Amino acid sequence: MPELTYREAVRDALSRAMREDDDVFVMGEDIAEMGGSMGVTQGMLDEFGPERVRNTPISEMALAGAAIGAAIQGMRPVAEIMYEDFLTLATEQIVNQAAKHRYMSGGQVTVPVTFRTQGGAGWSPGAQHAQQLEAWFVHIPGLKVVFASTPSDVRGLLWSAIYDDNPVVFFEHRTLYGLKEEVPDELEPIPLGKARVHREGEDVTVIATGRLVHEALEAAQQAEEQGVSVEVVDPRTLQPLDEDALIASVKKTNRCVVAHEAVTRMGFGAEVASVVQYGAFDWLDAPIERVGAKFTPLPFAPVMEEWCVPHAGDVLEAIQRTVGRNADGN
Amino acid sequence: MAKVEQRGTLSPEELRDFFREMLLIRRFEEKVEERFRAGELPGFLHVAIGQEAVAVGVIRALEDGDVIASTHRAHGHTLAKGTGPNELMAELYGKLEGCSHGYGGSMHLYDVERGNLGANAVVGGGLPQITGAALAFKMRGEPRVAVAFFGDGATNIGTFHEALNLAQLWRVPALFVLEDNKWAESTPERQHSPISDLSKRADAFGMTAIKVDGQDVEAVYKATKKALEHARSGKGPVFLHVDTYRLVGHYIGDPQVYRTKEEQKEVREHHDPLTQLRGKLELSEDDFDELDAEIVEIVEAAVEFAKNGTDPKPEDALKNVYA
Repeated sequence: MPELTYREAVRDALSRAMREDDDVFVMGEDIAEMGGSMGVTQGMLDEFGPERVRNTPISEMALAGAAIGAAIQGMRPVAEIMYEDFLTLATEQIVNQAAKHRYMSGGQVTVPVTFRTQGGAGWSPGAQHAQQLEAWFVHIPGLKVVFASTPSDVRGLLWSAIYDDNPVVFFEHRTLYGLKEEVPDELEPIPLGKARVHREGEDVTVIATGRLVHEALEAAQQAEEQGVSVEVVDPRTLQPLDEDALIASVKKTNRCVVAHEAVTRMGFGAEVASVVQYGAFDWLDAPIERVGAKFTPLPFAPVMEEWCVPHAGDVLEAIQRTVGRNADGN
Repeated sequence: MAKVEQRGTLSPEELRDFFREMLLIRRFEEKVEERFRAGELPGFLHVAIGQEAVAVGVIRALEDGDVIASTHRAHGHTLAKGTGPNELMAELYGKLEGCSHGYGGSMHLYDVERGNLGANAVVGGGLPQITGAALAFKMRGEPRVAVAFFGDGATNIGTFHEALNLAQLWRVPALFVLEDNKWAESTPERQHSPISDLSKRADAFGMTAIKVDGQDVEAVYKATKKALEHARSGKGPVFLHVDTYRLVGHYIGDPQVYRTKEEQKEVREHHDPLTQLRGKLELSEDDFDELDAEIVEIVEAAVEFAKNGTDPKPEDALKNVYA
């Protein structure tokens, strides 16, 4: 099996779709010669040419809106929004237009567009280049939202997003682009709305997204050494949410931690905690713990940034609280 | 600026047919106003009384397969693009038989089969999507044009500038129709634009602009034909600046405190496109009355159709959220 980085896995899904289907094309800022600010589309200009690897001006409203307009005409555009912070500039088109055309038209319009974007802390860009804004879009009926955490997931999920007939906001995490994994030769589409159990456990379920999936796996390893068995579940698709899988896991373990890099307040974890407490109330043996960033814009200085966003240690502390222990396991 | 050719291309019969369509839009909107004031119509309604020649002149110039995106003032565009008065009226009554099946309302009128991609209640909201629709036509080599309607107020919003910039950069077959009725809701043009000739906005993008008297339906038709030829032949988008007048308030019920009674009277007396075309056609009183009676009957029938339409079930609200 070939080994792909997360970055290569995204490129692989895009390229395979574009080879098979003339209706698929990519557009965005600096995606052609430069290959995208994260290098995701590197080499694609040579294979597909400038019509289908379409550089745009720095013009998020127009590039998002043009992708929507082309999608309504039957194309399957993948628009790259360079940083999810810049989704703010395209939000009118995504929220008022893409999400609502089908509804407002009484079902006449189909908008098969994918907005790929990325973000995440860990490299000190400051407050405008590393936010985690996925929860905003989960709040909008009409949008689907994906947050992929591994190379195989990002490849299979992106394929499904491209071929979904709804607008999908597809989140990638900046610090994961170099992550490697063996993947099958054949691309296996991963249906949207299906969670993945990364690790089975008996005592606590950690429901994590994006980078925090990996932090949770590390925390689970440490917890195991302290005698606590942890299950790690990644919803992967935030909307639609695989509620059944999350509830089933918590019914088995009786304890739950939700973890993401975005700020805790009104974060995606708040919704997950609500779903779990309602669906597994009688099974819960401890309050649901939430792990997320502190409620502040992201600071520049590395020591402050590091302190603001959650890491494996924060997840481990939360796990131990659910079983009435300290972080050292005592 | 391109000069509009003045040679006649419309037969008297065709012009008369344009007049009929304009009169239908006028009578339809007058009826909408009446029914709204009677408390029968929910929501927020904007009529385009005075702008009928723009809707008919532009849309009659289109070919099958061309698409439009409209604004919150969309009844005229929708009728001209071929949606029946019955289906349009049913939408305003919130019925399943409506052109958006009761999910849209006056500000969200769609008829995709007829190339109407939807009215948009966000000023300037449809413009980038018209650039995108035109991009799809260009990428697939289809000889189609995508047309955006918008008002003078929209020329100040970011989507306008970004969408026109991208359209010209990519030379897509789009037509941007500025319905310059001099008012952004209640704000006059001199208070919202630092320049007085809005067709100059196109210069910033190097886009071809054509300016035309929007109260003269024949002139609008000819200018649109010329613009479409330019766009369809691969030369890029065109900015069609249509000078028009809103003879009524921004919304039904607008007391128009921002303009004097004299001004309101002046525009109605001197800038009504129906009066102008009626004079040009030299319609006799009898001819007009006969046509008018026929139109009034169609509009009354639309109200009956709408009132007898099917109410959606409350839980139908959960349909159509996702494909």
